[in-house]
Amino acid sequence: MGVNCHRTFRSRANDNAMLPDNEIRFDASGQAWLDQLVQRHQNRASQLLQMLREIQEHYGHIPHQIVTELAQRLCIPRARIESVASFYSFLHLKPHGEYRILFSDNITDRMLGSQPLMELMCQQLWLQPGKVSEDSLVSIGTTSCTGMCDQGPALLVNELAITNLNHQRVQEIVHLIRNRTPLGDWPADFFRVEDNIRRSGLLLGNALAPGELLRNALSLGGTNIVESIKASGLRGRGGAGFSTGLKWEACRNAQGSEHYVVCNADEGEPGTFKDRVLLNQQADLVFEGMTLCALAVGARKGFLYLRGEYRYLLEPLQAVLQRRRANKLLGTSILAQAGFDFDIEIHLGAGAYICGEESALIESLEGKRGVPRNRPPFPVTHGYLQQPTAVDNVETFCQAVLALHMGAEQYRTIGTAKSAGSKLVSVSGDCQRPGIYEYPFGVSVREILQDCGAVNTLAVQVSGPSGICVAESEFDRRLGFEDLPTAGAFMIFDDSRDLFEVARNFVHFFAHESCGFCTPCRVGTSILKQTMDKIAAGHGTRYDLSEIENLDRVLQTTSHCGLGRTACNPVLHTLKHFRPSYENKLKSLMFSPAFDLDGSLARARQMTGRDDAGAHLREIE
Amino acid sequence: MNETFQLDGSAVPFEPGQTVMQAALAAGRYIPHLCYHPEFKPHGSCKLCTVKVNGRTVASCTMPAEGGLDVESEIEELNALRRSLVQMLFAEGNHFCPSCEKSGNCVLQALGYDLEVHATGFRHLYPDRPLDASHPDILLDFNRCILCELCVRASSEVDGKNVFALSGRGITKHLIVNAESGKLSDTNIALTDKAMQVCPVGVILPKRVGFSVSIGERRYDQRPISAQALDDAPRQTDASGNCAACEGTP
Repeated sequence: MGVNCHRTFRSRANDNAMLPDNEIRFDASGQAWLDQLVQRHQNRASQLLQMLREIQEHYGHIPHQIVTELAQRLCIPRARIESVASFYSFLHLKPHGEYRILFSDNITDRMLGSQPLMELMCQQLWLQPGKVSEDSLVSIGTTSCTGMCDQGPALLVNELAITNLNHQRVQEIVHLIRNRTPLGDWPADFFRVEDNIRRSGLLLGNALAPGELLRNALSLGGTNIVESIKASGLRGRGGAGFSTGLKWEACRNAQGSEHYVVCNADEGEPGTFKDRVLLNQQADLVFEGMTLCALAVGARKGFLYLRGEYRYLLEPLQAVLQRRRANKLLGTSILAQAGFDFDIEIHLGAGAYICGEESALIESLEGKRGVPRNRPPFPVTHGYLQQPTAVDNVETFCQAVLALHMGAEQYRTIGTAKSAGSKLVSVSGDCQRPGIYEYPFGVSVREILQDCGAVNTLAVQVSGPSGICVAESEFDRRLGFEDLPTAGAFMIFDDSRDLFEVARNFVHFFAHESCGFCTPCRVGTSILKQTMDKIAAGHGTRYDLSEIENLDRVLQTTSHCGLGRTACNPVLHTLKHFRPSYENKLKSLMFSPAFDLDGSLARARQMTGRDDAGAHLREIE
Repeated sequence: MNETFQLDGSAVPFEPGQTVMQAALAAGRYIPHLCYHPEFKPHGSCKLCTVKVNGRTVASCTMPAEGGLDVESEIEELNALRRSLVQMLFAEGNHFCPSCEKSGNCVLQALGYDLEVHATGFRHLYPDRPLDASHPDILLDFNRCILCELCVRASSEVDGKNVFALSGRGITKHLIVNAESGKLSDTNIALTDKAMQVCPVGVILPKRVGFSVSIGERRYDQRPISAQALDDAPRQTDASGNCAACEGTP
């Protein structure tokens, strides 16, 4: 079983700890560092996000002066830099502490006790969530699912993942922070990420050597590869299930000065972590798939867009790329075939779920805010830099290699009629053996529950918050595009859980991750969040439930992309199956105002130091 | 110009490359909209112009026109959605029409009246958005911003200045100006800029002329916004560069 340890860089923010807000010593060596950075990125504004990430790693935030200097060097308005930096939740335009702690706030982390652990850490460091400590040492907050659901609760410290949190580990972290111990000297054990592979199939059990398939594919040529992939029935593993062969064919046929291949490793759907394991275990297969795609569509350049939460995988992945270059599996004249030139660049995200949407991902690759584009045109004809681009999921690239290796006919025998091949399922939540399970498509929910040791299961959330909540009566439903399409998340809730709280967690997630481009999603997800919080606080009425239905109609029909269109799903699905868990929180009234009169007095109570009964308003029923 | 599509049961001709919105306006047919402006590339963010095309809801400003499309716009189902969207925009910002100098010339207000939005409906979010009065001739009241990006686009595409940009994400998204100080007075904006003319609400205001036209005599005081569709119909600039869709500057 693969294990990955990561301790890569030290925070250099210490040097600037004594300077006032937002100011740094930007001397000659700072100038030289910035010059070198900009040069390394060839003065290209399309590299802006990557530069900002490196600046933040260097300084701990993105200093005001650097924004000005960078704008001058790149000849772009400084407002554009601020605009991009402020879009990504891991980037900070103001100092945010030498140690920036973000607790993963997925429902599975919460079920494993993340909230009391965060409270403990805040208490011990004398800190409120979301705030920076007075001495600029540390900040503590929450972030969307970091993809460690099988070994949570988890957190990120300066974008590096720490898993398996418990009381003792939190105490140790507090101690290390208080002593200003550089991250590089923290115990390696903290950063250990297990693969937790519980069941292997044709993908995880493959015995292909690097380059083996590529060697065979060379003689086939682009058209035949596309035809074979089409014939194999392979469909995208990111959830939407578009035919991979058709996508490659459209990209191949599209006119453009360059063609591009993009691997979507922005695995942000809460509860999904299979790409993390594939990138750790099967990096060669992923890159082989991308190279195969390049051969098929005629691309010379590829990108792997790696979510910021998987920052620790960057160096190992770059080492694999380097080895493949050395072995002539990347670069010019791959496998001595003249004219077959292809190389891969890794781009890092910085905390924006929406960049998993392919056109937003392309915007982000171009160094912009990750806002989904208007479509048509689609990326296959107008993608990266408006050129034909094939964007596929990490797992899809792996499956493409296997489909070609096995042959279309053989590949189709696995899975179901409309869902060929196998699927990796990321199992987390209430079960004995969370981890990665590979099944042929068509496996039932019940079968997976049995295999992972789940008992007294109330419901399973298939394919994350935007997916489907499956109740016990439906456990015979099967994974596959015919029935339960999935990107792979499989979160299990037993009968001790309150499905209302699960839905509320998901609604908070959507509000946090909305890009803010379109009115319905920007405003609607926030209103939905407030409505759910109102119900949770005991102020909900039947009117609020009908309000949710109204919001759903607006979001579903008018949103710009899938995020807004599916943001109400968790509420609607849990309302359908678990209505009592909503209704038992409602007041008997038909209507109750959203304005919380007593809550609005909290500040006055704090200022006067009172918290007695007389300082509270009793509600009028 | 032989091909047509159906809009609410009657034919609308179009030229290749036009969107449903562009073709409809050119034919003197009104589809409610906020962030669309004839001089700029369609944006598709406000979603007020949502229509049903062959039964599927899409933004008409970005939907390419095609022969034979069946487009529905003036139906209660869509107007109900539009009402909710207008309500969302009112709830999101701080809009106090009675004390706003743009009242009567405001597209958001006019749409609200025309779509019969009687109340905000949703809980107000009351965001904290400080004014920028630093510039001697121009006031920025961010409270009314609906994030349509028209000023961003005008400043970048027409004025070539990039005075405005958007910052933040989701519900924290907000308008910023391009200056190290973050203040409008430190930009090169001018009263004659296109960016000064395109704000559909009352964010970008020339100082000292707010009430030169009395309330009651303003554009949408005369006739509802939908009835002015024909005035706006071509919605193209005339020879002198004036645009019927833009508010005049002093």
